[in-house]
Amino acid sequence: MAVHDSAAPLTLRAPRRRYSEDIVRIVLLMAAFVSVVTTFAIIISLLRPAIEFFTEISPWEFFAGTTWTPLFLEGEFGVVPLLVGTLVITFWACLVAIPCGLGTAIFLSEYANPRVRAVLKPVLEVLAGIPTIVYGYFALTFFTPFLRDIGVQVEIFNVLAAGLVMGVMLIPLVASLSEDAMFAVPNELRDGGYALGATRRQVATRIVVPAATSGIVASFVLAISRGIGETMIVLIAAGQLAQISADPRVSLETMTAFIGATAQGDVPTGSIEYKTIFAVGLALFVITLAMNIVSIRLVRRFREVYE
Amino acid sequence: MSTAAAPIGRPRRDVRGGLFYLLLLFSVGLALLTLAVLVGDVILDGGSWVTKTLLLDPPSVDPEIAGARPAILATIYLGLLVLLLTVPLGVATALYLEEYADKERWYNRFLEVNIQNLAGVPSIVYGILGLAFIVRGIGLGRVLLAGAIILTLLTLPTVIIASREAIRAVPDSIRQGAYALGATHWQVVRRQVLPAAIPGIATGSILALSRAIGETAPLLMIGALTYVSFDPTILGAFTALPVQIYNWIRQPQDEFKLLAAAAIIVLLVIMLLLNSVAIIIRNRYQKRW
Amino acid sequence: MTISNPIHLAEPMVERSSGRRDAIFKVRELEVTYSSKAAVRGITLDIAPNEVTAIIGPSGCGKSTFIRCFNRMNDLIPGAEVKGELLYHGLDLYGPRVDAVEVRKRIGMVFQKPNPFPKSIYDNVAFGPRVLGRKDDLDGRVERALQQAALWDEVKHRLKASALSLSGGQQQRLCIARCLAVQPDVILMDEPASALDPIATTRIEDLMQELKQSYAIVIVTHNMQQAARVADMTAFFSVDIADEGERTGILVEFDRTDKIFTQPSDQRTEDYVTGRFG
Repeated sequence: MAVHDSAAPLTLRAPRRRYSEDIVRIVLLMAAFVSVVTTFAIIISLLRPAIEFFTEISPWEFFAGTTWTPLFLEGEFGVVPLLVGTLVITFWACLVAIPCGLGTAIFLSEYANPRVRAVLKPVLEVLAGIPTIVYGYFALTFFTPFLRDIGVQVEIFNVLAAGLVMGVMLIPLVASLSEDAMFAVPNELRDGGYALGATRRQVATRIVVPAATSGIVASFVLAISRGIGETMIVLIAAGQLAQISADPRVSLETMTAFIGATAQGDVPTGSIEYKTIFAVGLALFVITLAMNIVSIRLVRRFREVYE
Repeated sequence: MSTAAAPIGRPRRDVRGGLFYLLLLFSVGLALLTLAVLVGDVILDGGSWVTKTLLLDPPSVDPEIAGARPAILATIYLGLLVLLLTVPLGVATALYLEEYADKERWYNRFLEVNIQNLAGVPSIVYGILGLAFIVRGIGLGRVLLAGAIILTLLTLPTVIIASREAIRAVPDSIRQGAYALGATHWQVVRRQVLPAAIPGIATGSILALSRAIGETAPLLMIGALTYVSFDPTILGAFTALPVQIYNWIRQPQDEFKLLAAAAIIVLLVIMLLLNSVAIIIRNRYQKRW
Repeated sequence: MTISNPIHLAEPMVERSSGRRDAIFKVRELEVTYSSKAAVRGITLDIAPNEVTAIIGPSGCGKSTFIRCFNRMNDLIPGAEVKGELLYHGLDLYGPRVDAVEVRKRIGMVFQKPNPFPKSIYDNVAFGPRVLGRKDDLDGRVERALQQAALWDEVKHRLKASALSLSGGQQQRLCIARCLAVQPDVILMDEPASALDPIATTRIEDLMQELKQSYAIVIVTHNMQQAARVADMTAFFSVDIADEGERTGILVEFDRTDKIFTQPSDQRTEDYVTGRFG
């Protein structure tokens, strides 16, 4: 029988209490706690000044008012123009991102051969990795003059350039998430369709896409959320004119552009102007949080079906 | 992907299928075309302005002698600081969630959901957080360190998620083998799981870092200055490459817009270098199980 | 073939085992449940040193679950509960202050699919001694373990090469060497050759005969011929299906290998070893 190194009687007890194991666990838990602290910090940093804001400005005036001039001497604090700006620009972005993103996803998933995929996927990654300020530069200095050249009378700062360029920025997001969803659809479903004599188009549009619906919709929701929260493209290319208009050729101000522009200025801490940053920030946070939760739920529901 | 079924008998051209395919190609083409035009435009605008002056000299009101040196240095410092802060925190959090947390407990599930939500918060909200808490709250002021902290918090969820995937990819048979030899929990993690996961963690962290140094909005919020002519220090006022680009775009003179394009090229080159390093690490060291 | 008399079934086993005062393991009415579903129940047998004990039976009868009790690897599965008595050198393996890590230092395990660490051959074998704090004469320990596992000659000139560059059979012998480096007195083997080709299998079986001179070996195998070749004692497990369809593993018969295969006492054993089912 093999002899154990120690000559001590057998007890099977640990030689001494393994404190290092407990210490490791506590240290790792503390690190994980940082993320919790971050969330609370975000919420508190938004809530406190926002609540103070709403004691001075009634929520009704804020949410229903249609004039936004907070920095004027006799300021008006109706946030509707900012909301309109955000939603209109995001709308134009989705007009590009959703069809092209979904189309790219269908192409990658159902049509492209491995060599094309090997080239296209990295290219999409590059597109996704370009900093938004570069997109902003592009929208202002190339796309707006381009629109004018082809006869669209846009102002220097306009919704169309910002929205469409933002849409291109969002294409990789929609494409990769939708493609993941379609990839998860089992091949048996496709084979069933082909076996019945369906064409590739029919299999893609009538079998695969419906089967991947919740994942695809999740990608749309996430893209909208990203568009709503995007700052630099709109700050540079859409301008700071807080108005309500459906005309894409004019300038509109989004919530994010307002926050970004105001913070750069000399706004005294504790003033009402300072607090508007947080009130609008809170509205922005709540909207994007709600959309992200919806998106996560959709993805989870999708995974449950196929895993 | 199964092969397409061929119609039997006299082949009839599938017009709708062909049109559909063209539509798809158009979608893909739009993305590719825009990328090409964007990169081309930036290079055409700024290519000739990428000079030693741009890289080595401080900014100036005269575009001919203006450079982005403080901004470039600050971006490098920010990058190093963010790397130094996010990797330990992110890996530790990922280890906790993957190796130590009981997934049934509510607080661990809350932790996971929390991280997922943080990943989706707009970057400007992180900027608001920075403004409220770090610049004015704890009184750090509009300094480089504050920028690094905010970028760290912004990048952390991504690093955590990437690290978790790398840790999860380590096969359970390795852990079982190590446990069976009489290793403790931490010994298994430290000596087997973590070393095997390092390539994936490194790749994910560097890619996340590359995104972080391209962020503008949070830095604007915490007051990266518009005109900084001195080299940055950790506890001093600062600007960064994206902010410098933003400033130059806003100048009325056309030359500054070209300078902005040149600075964009510098930024993109830095990001390209980082991404290449990440991909090299992934290809060379990624274990194939 | 004699048909068993149910009344006599339990007694001969207990008599035989209580006569083995030098048994390394004494198992009494062992039961393992996963989230309230019993995987094995009522297992009673002894494991003797310097012998190969084989556990055979159809798939799904809890053989792996059972063997993992011996080195407390079931602890790693959430929701797993072990009841009954499992004595190791007279000590209750599941006693209140027993440390699972200490248990695993003395009772080693080789897995079905070879699982070498993604490190060098040397570092694989040295891992055990290193984590156990036995860093003295590391080179010597590695060499001795590799020799005992009949792998030394094949790798002695490339100890720094990656373990993953070895063939399947070599990897399994490396895993055995890794286990031996810790100097256990029991080696558990969960279907150690089922992922290997016949030649590699033969080498593992020869190795078992050598190793049993110094260790107690418990092997799970679904290959009856293998059990007949290598084992001194054989335990035959089967599945007991309850009314609700719940399947629980039970020990049907435990005896000298030659008896199990030529004159089994239980009809179920006879059915299995003659290939009538399973």
